Amino acid sequence: MQFIVQGYPAYAYTGGRAFEPKDPAIVFVHGAAFDHSVWQWQSRYLAHHGYTVLAVDLPGHGRSPGNPRATVGEMAEWVAALIDSAGLECAAVVGHSMGSLVALETALRHPARVTRLVLIGTSAPMAVGEPFIAAARDDSPAALDMEVAWGHARNVLLSSSAVPGASLHGGSRALNSRAHAGVLHADLGACHAYAPSPDAIRALKMPTLVMAGRRDQMTPMKAGKALAAEIPGAKLVTIDAGHSMMSEAPREVLEALRNFLG
Amino acid sequence: MDHSGAHKPPKLPHPDTLAIHAGQSPDPATGSRAVPIYQTASFVFPDADTAAALFNMEIPGHVYSRLSNPTVAVLEERIAALEGAAGAIATASGQAALHLAITTLMGKGGHIVSSASLYGGSHNLLQYTLARFGIETTFVASRDPDAWRRAIRPQTRLLFGESVGNPSVDVLDIPAIAAVASEQQLPLMVDATVTTPALARPIEQGAHLVIHSATKFLSGHGVVIGGLLVDGGRFDWVGSGKFPTLTEPYDGFHGMVFAEESTASAFLLRARREGLRDFGACMAPMTAFQILQGIETLPLRMARHIESTAKVAEYLAAHEAVARVHHPHLPSHPDHALAKRLYPRGCSAILSFELEGGREAGKRFIESLTLFSHLANIGDAKSLVIHPATTTHFRMDDAALEAAGIGPGTVRLSIGLEHAGDLIDDLSRAIHASRK
Repeated sequence: MQFIVQGYPAYAYTGGRAFEPKDPAIVFVHGAAFDHSVWQWQSRYLAHHGYTVLAVDLPGHGRSPGNPRATVGEMAEWVAALIDSAGLECAAVVGHSMGSLVALETALRHPARVTRLVLIGTSAPMAVGEPFIAAARDDSPAALDMEVAWGHARNVLLSSSAVPGASLHGGSRALNSRAHAGVLHADLGACHAYAPSPDAIRALKMPTLVMAGRRDQMTPMKAGKALAAEIPGAKLVTIDAGHSMMSEAPREVLEALRNFLG
Repeated sequence: MDHSGAHKPPKLPHPDTLAIHAGQSPDPATGSRAVPIYQTASFVFPDADTAAALFNMEIPGHVYSRLSNPTVAVLEERIAALEGAAGAIATASGQAALHLAITTLMGKGGHIVSSASLYGGSHNLLQYTLARFGIETTFVASRDPDAWRRAIRPQTRLLFGESVGNPSVDVLDIPAIAAVASEQQLPLMVDATVTTPALARPIEQGAHLVIHSATKFLSGHGVVIGGLLVDGGRFDWVGSGKFPTLTEPYDGFHGMVFAEESTASAFLLRARREGLRDFGACMAPMTAFQILQGIETLPLRMARHIESTAKVAEYLAAHEAVARVHHPHLPSHPDHALAKRLYPRGCSAILSFELEGGREAGKRFIESLTLFSHLANIGDAKSLVIHPATTTHFRMDDAALEAAGIGPGTVRLSIGLEHAGDLIDDLSRAIHASRK
C-alpha cells in the first residue's frame, strides 16, 4: 500500500489484508539493505489475527523511492511521519537489527505514538566493524557475504530451512543484492553512529520486548540482554536462532510476538 | 560492483561440503543422520488455527505432499545452496520443471526466445505443445547474441537455452545472453542439466532461473525421473512491468500479490502455490531421496566424467574413421575458448561425433558396442550411446536438426564412470566393426 510520507511516496505491506486504521496497528521496520519482506510470516499472520499491519520499506529500500536516510534519528522521524500519514494515533513498533534502533529512537522521540516496543536482534550502541563498512563502501560482493554469513546462525546453510524449499542464505543475499548501490553502506553507517542517551533509555515507559538470538553472530545475545536490562520492565525472550530469526525461526518469533502483543 | 578482491569475505562451506550437508538437519523426531523418506501424503494439524494459518501462508510448514514434503524440501534447499539461489522447487521431471517455469511467467499470447540447440523433448514442448496453448517460441542460433535480441517481441517473457546443448555440445555464452536479457528487462533461464553446479553456477554468470533434469548427473545412476526449478531471486519482476502473474492480485489465492509477499521469492511462491498445486507435477519423496544420494557424490563423479570424456574425445578425434568430434575440450570446437572461460573444470560428459560412412556406419557402430548401453538418457554412471536423428530428436525436420547441430550420422555418447581404457577399447572394436 502506498502512503505519502514527508512529501514522498512510501510503501508498506499490509499482510495480505486491507489496511484498517481502526484496528490496533503494528509497524514493522526492517534492517540494513532489506525490505518489508523480512516480515513475511509474522506480518501476514498478525494481519489475519486482529491487527492491522504496516511492514514498511524505509526510504530508498524496496518499493519506497528516494535516498536512504543518513541517521537513525531521521529514519525514526520518517516512521513517526508514516504513522501520522496512515491516520493512526499510535502503533506498536517492531524493529529488527537497524530497524530495532529505528523503533527504539521512534519510542524515545515520540513516546505517545508508540504503544509497545519490540526490539529483535538488537544492540545499542550497534558498532559495525571497519572491514564490513569498507566492503559496503566499495560495493564489494564481500559485503553481501558478510551480511549473509554473520546475519544467520553459523550452521544455517547446512540445516533444514523452516520455510520448505527456501535457502535462507540465498534468499537473504538476493534481497541484499537488490538494494541500490550505497544503501548498505549508508545503513551500516547509520547503525554505527547511533548513540542513544542511556538516561533516556532508562526513562522509557512503554511495554517493551527484546528478542535475542542465542546463536546471533551480528548482535550477540548478551548485547540484547544488556539493552533489555536498561529498559524499565522490558521482557527478554531468547530464540534458538541467529540474527535473521524471523526467517530462521518464524514460528518462535511469531509466538513471542503474540504473547507480548496480547 | 568492486570485484577487486580487496575485501576478504567470511569463509562459507565449500560446494563439496554443501553437496553432502546443505538443507538437512539430523531428523528432529528420530535423530536419523540420513535424510528420512517422509512417505506420507499429508501432515497432521495440531489445531484448527494452525491449519487455517498454514493454508493461508501465515506460517510456513507442510500441508500436503503435492505442495511440499520434508524429504523433497531437503533436495530443494540443497540445490538452491549449490546454485547460490533463493530457493527451488522439485518437480516430477525436467520437462515438468520447464513447463512450471513457463506457465508461471506467461499465459496465452506469451512468447519465448530459445536457443535452437535443445534437447528434443524441450524443443517439442516449445515448438508444438505450448503453441497449442497460445505460447509461441522463436528459435535462434545460440552463439549469436544479436539474433536473440532481434527475436525479442513486445510479448516476449523469457529467454531460454541450455548451458551446454544436448547433443551438439555447443556452449551457451550465459554472460552475453544475460546481458541481452537484462537490457530488455527479461529473465534468462538456463537448463544446466549437462553442466550441473559442480562445474559452474549459471546464476553467478548472470542467469535468473535455472532448471535441471535431475534424472541425469544430479542423481547420477539412471534410476529416477525428476526435475528442479531454481530461482536466483534477483530478477526485478516489478520493474520489468511484464509479469502480471507476479505483480498483480491473484484471484486463485485471495488476491495475493506475490511480488509484495516476497520480494526475492515471488516467482517460486507463485510456481508452488499455482503451478505445483494445480498442474500437480510434484516429486515423490523416494525420488528426492535417491537424487540426494546422487548429489552427495556429484563433485567426485563430475570430475571423473569430465576426465574420461576428455580421453574419449581425444581418442575419437585422432581416429581415421571419425569424420568429426563435437566437444569443447578439443581446440577444433568453436566454443573451446568460451568453455575454458565459463567452465575451467570442464563442461560436458556428453560428446557427439560423426563416423565416415554416415547413417549406416553409425547404425553398425551402435549395434557393435558392448559396454556402452544403447538407450535414451544421459548422465548415468554407465556409459550410454544413441543416434539422435532417429530417436531423441526424430520429430525434428532436417532444418531443425541442422540448427540443433545434428547430422544424419551423428552419434551421441554420455561418458560414464567405467575405466576410460575399457570405454576406448569398446569404441575401438565397434568402429572397426562399423567399417566392415
